Amino acid sequence: MTDTTEPHTVTFPQSRTCPYHPPTAYDPLRETRPLARISLYDGRPVWLVTGHALARTLLADPRLSSDRTRSDFPAPTERFAGLRNRKGALLGVDDPEHRVQRRMMVPSFTLRRAAELRPEIQRIVDERLDTMIAQGAPAELVSAFALPVPSMVICALLGVPYADHDFFEEQSRRLLRGPTADDTMAARDRLEAYFAELIDRKRNQPEPGDGVLDELVHQQLRAGELDQEEVIALATILLVAGHETTANMISLGTFTLLQHPDRLAELRAEPTLLPAAVEELMRMLSIADGMLRVAVEDIGTDGGTIRAGEGVVFSTSVINRDESVYPDPDTLDWHRSARHHVGFGFGIHQCLGQNLARAEMEIALRTLFERLPTLRLAVPAEEIPFKPGDTIQGMLELPVTW
Amino acid sequence: MDNETRESDNLHIDIDHALCIGAGQCALAAPSVFTQDDDGFSALLPGRENGGGDPMVREAARACPVSAITVSETAS
Repeated sequence: MTDTTEPHTVTFPQSRTCPYHPPTAYDPLRETRPLARISLYDGRPVWLVTGHALARTLLADPRLSSDRTRSDFPAPTERFAGLRNRKGALLGVDDPEHRVQRRMMVPSFTLRRAAELRPEIQRIVDERLDTMIAQGAPAELVSAFALPVPSMVICALLGVPYADHDFFEEQSRRLLRGPTADDTMAARDRLEAYFAELIDRKRNQPEPGDGVLDELVHQQLRAGELDQEEVIALATILLVAGHETTANMISLGTFTLLQHPDRLAELRAEPTLLPAAVEELMRMLSIADGMLRVAVEDIGTDGGTIRAGEGVVFSTSVINRDESVYPDPDTLDWHRSARHHVGFGFGIHQCLGQNLARAEMEIALRTLFERLPTLRLAVPAEEIPFKPGDTIQGMLELPVTW
Repeated sequence: MDNETRESDNLHIDIDHALCIGAGQCALAAPSVFTQDDDGFSALLPGRENGGGDPMVREAARACPVSAITVSETAS
């Protein structure tokens, strides 16, 4: 499919040059808000939403579908295209089906529930840091801290045995990063087989455990409100989204703070800034950079008409740096209002776990810098590897010392 | 902050429960006015149905990802 009327100069996604700034290849897109034409890896032309106001309008527009089983759904990578025939849960389905699933999940992810989980999150954070400190500097912060903390939290919340973490962390990594389409599909198969077995075990338990999956098995599955396939799809997305995203925010957030010593000092001097700092980091880092939709009807916008069947991609890193909303957008500033960033998305699919994620980020970052006031990078910043542009953004490794 | 001036305490706040997805963003932005009920859906705190003069009420409405909250002035 080619479009001869416009040049497609930018292919999406691109890798970042600095892990906390949008790829420099997106610079021209920042000049042409709110909407641009770009190409995907397979040459397909799609719309890229770059303006903040239009992003909020379109993310809330039911004429944009999230149904990934549609043949016209845009794929940013070959491995994503390979998953197209798999029915997902929550993020991959539209209302009214989505609504039923979301309503079942909401009570487990309220602000109150996140507040109740804070002591458990703090216990996990303390325990991981005790272990890391006991082993002595230097340490690799992704494997010692940034990944295990959210992984343990989501296991506790869902009722998944943390003892299986090597298995599901590896499969989640393959699901999100491949490297090949076959890897991605095989990882999904293995996760689904794992959950099928776990769900069977939970179904046969005389006394249900207190995890979200136990509840789904003993209430919705038993009552016929969900079938086994739906429970598996829900479990998969909750587990994967519940640890990979937050782990990246902790690793990339730590790296960003270490690269901004003045902002870090300010935060240490005034810890009440922490919730605002977490929002600003969510805006600045925009780790889920490239939310996907397909238009099911024509949609007129102030940047052009999106036709039915056309793909629409939301670049959160570009949207969250719209200078009409965030003056001096490339500067980290705890005193701006970063509220209304689209780092957690917007519309019906806005992140289900955002309140839990905020609690985890606050506790992890505060405790890390309290316990290790001399924390610093163990190698020069430019030698530290970070994730390529076609997945959730974050550090691959973070060697630190103190 | 976005708006430090005191808000009118003669507001009418309407929550459309058919739209609410329980994201909790209203309760995060204006916790003196909004809460989440046991099912996770947005609710007004008792005695704060008129917004209680909280300057964050309109910000809370704007934070709602599904525009379930409308705020209007009532005639005093």
